[in-house]
Amino acid sequence: MDEELTQEYGPKWSDQRVERMLGALVCGVVALLLALIVTVFVRAWPSFSHNGLAWFSSSGDVEEQLNAISLSAQTSGEFVYTFHAWPLLWSTLLITGGAVLIALVSALFVAVFIVEFAPEWMSNILQPVIRFLASVPSVIYGLLGVLVLVPFIGNHLVTEGQKASVAGVISLTGYSLLAAVLVLTLMIAPLMVSIFSDGLRAVKPGWLEGSLALGVNRWRTTWKIGVRSARPAIVAGTVLAVARAIGEAVMLAMISGSVAFAPNPADGLIFIYEPSRPLAPTIVKNIDQLSSPPFNATLFSIAAVLLFSAAVFSLAGWTARRAMQKYLAP
Amino acid sequence: MESSLQNQPLTVPPVPPPDQQDPPGAHQRKGAVEGTATWSLSDRVGLAICWALGLLFCAIAVAIVAYLLVQGIKFLRPEMLWTPAAAGFTETESGGFSDALFGTMIVALMGIALALPTGIAIAVWLVEYGRPAALARITESTIEAIAGIPSIVLALFGTVIFSSTALGFLSRSTEGVVFGRSFFAAGTMLSLVALPLIVASVREGLNSIPRHVREASYAVGKTKAATTRRILLPTCRPQVATGAMLGLGRIIGDTAIIVVLLGATQNFAPVEGVGFPLNYLRGAGTTLTNFVYEASPTGNLNQPQKAYAAAFVLLLMVLALNAAVDVVHRRARKVGTWSH
Repeated sequence: MDEELTQEYGPKWSDQRVERMLGALVCGVVALLLALIVTVFVRAWPSFSHNGLAWFSSSGDVEEQLNAISLSAQTSGEFVYTFHAWPLLWSTLLITGGAVLIALVSALFVAVFIVEFAPEWMSNILQPVIRFLASVPSVIYGLLGVLVLVPFIGNHLVTEGQKASVAGVISLTGYSLLAAVLVLTLMIAPLMVSIFSDGLRAVKPGWLEGSLALGVNRWRTTWKIGVRSARPAIVAGTVLAVARAIGEAVMLAMISGSVAFAPNPADGLIFIYEPSRPLAPTIVKNIDQLSSPPFNATLFSIAAVLLFSAAVFSLAGWTARRAMQKYLAP
Repeated sequence: MESSLQNQPLTVPPVPPPDQQDPPGAHQRKGAVEGTATWSLSDRVGLAICWALGLLFCAIAVAIVAYLLVQGIKFLRPEMLWTPAAAGFTETESGGFSDALFGTMIVALMGIALALPTGIAIAVWLVEYGRPAALARITESTIEAIAGIPSIVLALFGTVIFSSTALGFLSRSTEGVVFGRSFFAAGTMLSLVALPLIVASVREGLNSIPRHVREASYAVGKTKAATTRRILLPTCRPQVATGAMLGLGRIIGDTAIIVVLLGATQNFAPVEGVGFPLNYLRGAGTTLTNFVYEASPTGNLNQPQKAYAAAFVLLLMVLALNAAVDVVHRRARKVGTWSH
């Protein structure tokens, strides 16, 4: 039918032509993504091939390794690639994991509150608040973290005894795991709340009413029926939040402490006051070294790990969503 | 005759009866509300946690706005808005951040000018054409993937593209070595940050237009392309505006791409020997986010007072965008397009 109608409009904006033009644009965007993936991994290859799986291991001081890499480009022709990134990986794991766990629980409660329990006026306030918190630029969170939260932790939460106990290893100034986790939680929780509450709103009213009619109170109905049927949305929101948390560079560069140090939970509660530096901030902090070939490869290898883990998480989320949807009504 | 008809603006689209506007499930909160007196203790504790967390979020938002408002009023001087940054030892000597303010505007304009047409085109293709189906699925995953890529990775990719000699005309180059940092580079990569938001919003708008609207247009002899341009896109104007403003918010808030692709200077660095707008666009520069980052205690400038002032200006921009999104939503509901 479309083909016949096309004739009247002439060749300039004919349907076939428009479809082809839009299709070409779409193919271009797909190609751009492929180019990005290929470029990142190709650029990262020297670092991975020199280090092998030792890239993920922990041996030696990461800062010294980075210095050696940057020196090797300036002095001799022989490039050094040795880089063992475990402290950075561990810091990423701790900060992302901590923030996502706290944000998941609190966002779930807030989403349930907005959708089911908050009085009209309260949810009318909360929704714009959540939207606002989600749209505050990360650098503002970083600034508030570094000027308010970090001094507070350094001056009031960390005791002198704790500072003295690790004085030979690292100095506790407030730039810490705790500050990073708290601010990151604040950044990703609003994202989760908005996706969770969309999911909770889409639950079929009949299912909830059925449960209520059986005499189950509203609280339990919400958690047993509402939250459970909204699980695909919860997974989707969590995956998105994890991707944001892994990739957050600037805010963490400002408040996580910028020392390649691996806080050890076995040391007791003091580890939450210890500084560290995740993967993404390492790129930001060393960006002026981008022009030296070995450093370039090292930074791209970090980017490749970030890209790969973001891909793995979204794949895992997609699989989990599919598995859940199988048992639920469409 | 044909063309004059085509150029007429679309009049108001048919308004669906108001009872259709309630999204499914909207009624479930109305009606008699059960009291909590019969609940067991653990349920009541749970509800208390809900209230506490909800109030905590409100308190944090209020605290952020109030704190930045106080610091902004304390440290923001109007002349900072039109004085460029200067070298100086104290906060009073080092000028303002006008270059950063203009930089933010330039970057936002460039990013949105690229992302908006592309995003609309992709959304239209996905909803209205979408053949072959495999390509449509790939495109959907691509957009989702772009949304999930950390912006620092996009920035690194940008350094590779824009340092290539073929694209040397977009940034400064000396003796064949391409600098690769310019407003063009930053704006292009930032448009990728905004793209997924725009695509998602426009798609939602297109999907919410009932089928019979399209069929009516085909029935009077319009092509698919003409229908899209004259009827579907004007109808989902609120969603296009929402997507654009969400994208704008992400663009002006992004720091990683700016730090990597625009350079760590605090002033415009125009390229010599090029005409007026191009010399600035090809040169390095700065934006408010970059200024805040550099002026924070962990940055190179370390001027917290000015960082507060710039952050306050940035926050005002974000608040204005949020308010604009609200206005668009409310207006769309009043006019009665098919948006929720």
